[in-house]
Amino acid sequence: MTSSKADAAREVRSYAIGYLLALLLTGFAFGAVYWRVASATTTFGIVLGLGLVQMVVHFRFFLHITLGKSSRADLQLILFSTLIIALMVSGTLVILFNLHHRMM
Amino acid sequence: MSATEGAHPGLNIAHPHAQAQEETETALFGFWVFLMSDAVIFALLFATYGVMLPATVGGPTPATVYEIGPAFLETLILLTSSFTFGLASIAMKHDAPCRRILGWMGATLVLGLAFLALEVRDFITMFAQGATPMRSGYLSSFFALVPLHGLHVAAGCLWLVVMMAQVVVFGLDGRVRINTLRLGLFWHFLDIIWIALFSVVYLQGLIR
Repeated sequence: MTSSKADAAREVRSYAIGYLLALLLTGFAFGAVYWRVASATTTFGIVLGLGLVQMVVHFRFFLHITLGKSSRADLQLILFSTLIIALMVSGTLVILFNLHHRMM
Repeated sequence: MSATEGAHPGLNIAHPHAQAQEETETALFGFWVFLMSDAVIFALLFATYGVMLPATVGGPTPATVYEIGPAFLETLILLTSSFTFGLASIAMKHDAPCRRILGWMGATLVLGLAFLALEVRDFITMFAQGATPMRSGYLSSFFALVPLHGLHVAAGCLWLVVMMAQVVVFGLDGRVRINTLRLGLFWHFLDIIWIALFSVVYLQGLIR
């Protein structure tokens, strides 16, 4: 029973760490835009970077996707889906912006 | 004890033997496949939004219709609801009294509804400024993408109500536990989609 309680405390701590990290990353992203810390392109880069880090934090602390064996299949599925998404999104953007450029 | 290391909270179904554990993992993997196909739908709507962004045809632009305050508040609310759902699944895993599990699920539901109310208020403000889906290609793609996430949150709220009723009626049996775990994955996944939404849609639109 005590080990179960210790387990519960550890899990709550893990969620709390994830929550704090997510709050910090969100705060930085909104702050960077609100106070215009850099030029438009740099700010957009910062926002995208912080967003990607926050996604990893959510997967790790809320969805329990780790490099451990127990979530290996889930991790492989997520990475493969990410590859497919990256191909489709970047392909769409490249082709349509190129087309837009040529139509000008 | 090391077998539960890194497992999803709640993976110890009523009888924590190896077979039940494996069945749960299979069930959750199937749900992951659904979530990832949903992610592909969102990703392509994001791509459409990116392409349509300059197509404002003299109508409202992102910088004129987005507001940073409500977007930040919505983000905080959704983030907190993810945390409260996490506490609900931990309570379920460690066989806490039903009252506490229902309390955390209720808190998540209230936060989800608050998020939806704020989002609908945003849309009403936009409509009042003449930013309707019919106005331009940019607004069509915006209203295809953002309300789709809102629709998912609404479905999640409905599912939360159903799960709370099942916890009350059936107690915490194996099926209720697995379905609550699925709902948890769904809820945390919606939060991840929202990260992409506030970064790519709201913050990008507000950068000057």
